[in-house]
Amino acid sequence: MSGRAQAGQAPAGQVQAGRGGEALVELRQLRKYFPVRGGILFGRTVSQVKAVDGVSLSIGRSETLGLVGESGCGKSTIGRCLLKLEAPSAGQVIFDGQDIAGLDRSATKALRRRVQAVFQDPYSSLNPRMTVAEIVGEPLLVHGVEPGAAGRRRRAGQLLELCGLSARLIDRYPHEMSGGQRQRVGIARALALRPDFVVCDEAVSALDVSIQAQIVRLLEDLRAELGLTYLFIGHDLSVVRHISHRVAVMYLGHLVEVADTDSLFDDPRHPYTQALLSAVPVPDPEVERHRPRRIVEGEIPSPMNPPPGCVFHTRCPLADEVCRRQVPALEPLGAGRAVACFKAGPAAVPA
Amino acid sequence: MAALLEIRDLGVEFRTPAGVVKAVNGVSFDVGRGEVVALVGESGSGKSVTALSVLQLIAQPPGRIAGGRVLFEGCDLLALDEAAIRHVRGRRIAMVFQEPMTSLNPVLSIGRQMTEALRLHLGLSAAAARQRAVALLDQVGIAEPQRRLRQYPHQLSGGMRQRVMIAMALSCEPELIIADEPTTALDVTIQAQILEIMQDLCRRLGVALLIITHNLGIVARYADRVNVMYAGRIVESGPAAALYRRPAHPYTVGLLNSVPRLDRPRGRPLEPIPGSPPDLHLLPAGCAFAPRCSLAEAPCRIAPPPLRALGDGQASACFEVERLLAGVPA
Repeated sequence: MSGRAQAGQAPAGQVQAGRGGEALVELRQLRKYFPVRGGILFGRTVSQVKAVDGVSLSIGRSETLGLVGESGCGKSTIGRCLLKLEAPSAGQVIFDGQDIAGLDRSATKALRRRVQAVFQDPYSSLNPRMTVAEIVGEPLLVHGVEPGAAGRRRRAGQLLELCGLSARLIDRYPHEMSGGQRQRVGIARALALRPDFVVCDEAVSALDVSIQAQIVRLLEDLRAELGLTYLFIGHDLSVVRHISHRVAVMYLGHLVEVADTDSLFDDPRHPYTQALLSAVPVPDPEVERHRPRRIVEGEIPSPMNPPPGCVFHTRCPLADEVCRRQVPALEPLGAGRAVACFKAGPAAVPA
Repeated sequence: MAALLEIRDLGVEFRTPAGVVKAVNGVSFDVGRGEVVALVGESGSGKSVTALSVLQLIAQPPGRIAGGRVLFEGCDLLALDEAAIRHVRGRRIAMVFQEPMTSLNPVLSIGRQMTEALRLHLGLSAAAARQRAVALLDQVGIAEPQRRLRQYPHQLSGGMRQRVMIAMALSCEPELIIADEPTTALDVTIQAQILEIMQDLCRRLGVALLIITHNLGIVARYADRVNVMYAGRIVESGPAAALYRRPAHPYTVGLLNSVPRLDRPRGRPLEPIPGSPPDLHLLPAGCAFAPRCSLAEAPCRIAPPPLRALGDGQASACFEVERLLAGVPA
């Protein structure tokens, strides 16, 4: 069996929650394959997209775990599995000690109160025919928390103010608001049921720079005020670094590196993490002039037909015969760091 | 010597149900030969409209060039008729757009699309055009160019399609390429590849590049000079090094403070610009940034500040620029 499978059972591959706390969320060897159907009338399954292929991770209480990677790496699929919007093909999603796959209807409803989401595009995730009061109040109605209309409206007003919006906007429709305001409404809705855990899937990616900073600040303030735990999925590494306590890097369905934010960014160990960081330009021409650029070559392979061995070997400057044949396991390197690479040496001298 | 492209006092309006909007309002800047110039701003700032106006690509109506000139080697492109501007488009000024899928024809092979332009603009024979297309694809780093020419856009990845667009942009040896958010839709590692190749080719072939982006990192890495736009006007311009070292407009300062930086220690809180970008229908009488500006005084609310030179090629449209610069350590 591959090293990866062993890692799932052994605590070795299980990256412990940072910040010394117990885990609120745990993924154990999570796999999600999507069937690709072909032929007449979409009958046969001709192949599978391995969107998530054996990911083990944990998120501690009040921790923000950043999840980064490029398109097709599986980061959003992980978010959707955590939200129980997708059922895993194999492996488990444990929330607060319980496997969420085993929950019955009422337990699932209770889970949904505790796990909420903020998505990228607030325009398509808000119902255009509902006013802000209705949008923010809807979870309260659905979950029977606040059956009275007046009470819901009052609570919606409070939530808007919590999210930095004037309660005067309560009768507006989404199209009457700016992108930043809509995202605040989306966050207010996510917080309506006082969740413990919020999946932020590219929550600030569609926003202009000046508004993005406002929303990042808001998410940070809310985390401090309400003790929230976040999975912050993003592709903007500088934003993910800013908000996260720990960061996990994915490539083609695999976790390639996990570490405390500072260790990961100061001393990236996986060649893919190194390539990602090098690709992000810094907003300072002086720094850019002297920064070595290691531009990784080649394209991201299709997740329908991932390369054998290490999934990154087709683009990796260090890859050799072993990398082309064997799948590297996610090995702990100490200090909460784990790397899935045959070439990653022991950690540098700790700072 | 005159610049390759000189935009002078450009104004573009759009008729909307809520009234006429001045999307671009008195914009002037130059692009020199072989130079990389950036036009930076957030959505609605007018940066793309400015770029599209250069080649008369604004749909009219609802758009209208309200005034100004776009001089390309001294010739006013806005005064050209459709037939004349067609000789400029693609041939002398090429464009690269954000989403290559929408700028490539999905039912024609890559080869057909590339050779069509070469035959039309350069009068090459079919065989010569094909040979040149192969060379161009090779130049932008596409492996097996012969095979790619037979493929259709949907068979290529996003990064590959953008490489094709760059190859097509270079095909007629233009003097200027206008790239409107060329890598915004691409993954970071692919974005870096594409930008490196654009910079490298433009340098080697002496092509000037006008790059439109919202990404301050890309500007810092690639641009020689920068123009920052806000609500249809240029609020600051200058050489990239000077502008980043000593931003001379409160909006530029705000933008730079809004982005977390990978090269700085973590933990510094972001300092977002308060408020929202302006509604172009309801622009204030004075400086459009005044409602969000901590330095704004009474004069800022009366009339928009003109772009004033500060020396060293930097210019700022801010009445309070002296106070701003005094507060920033040099």
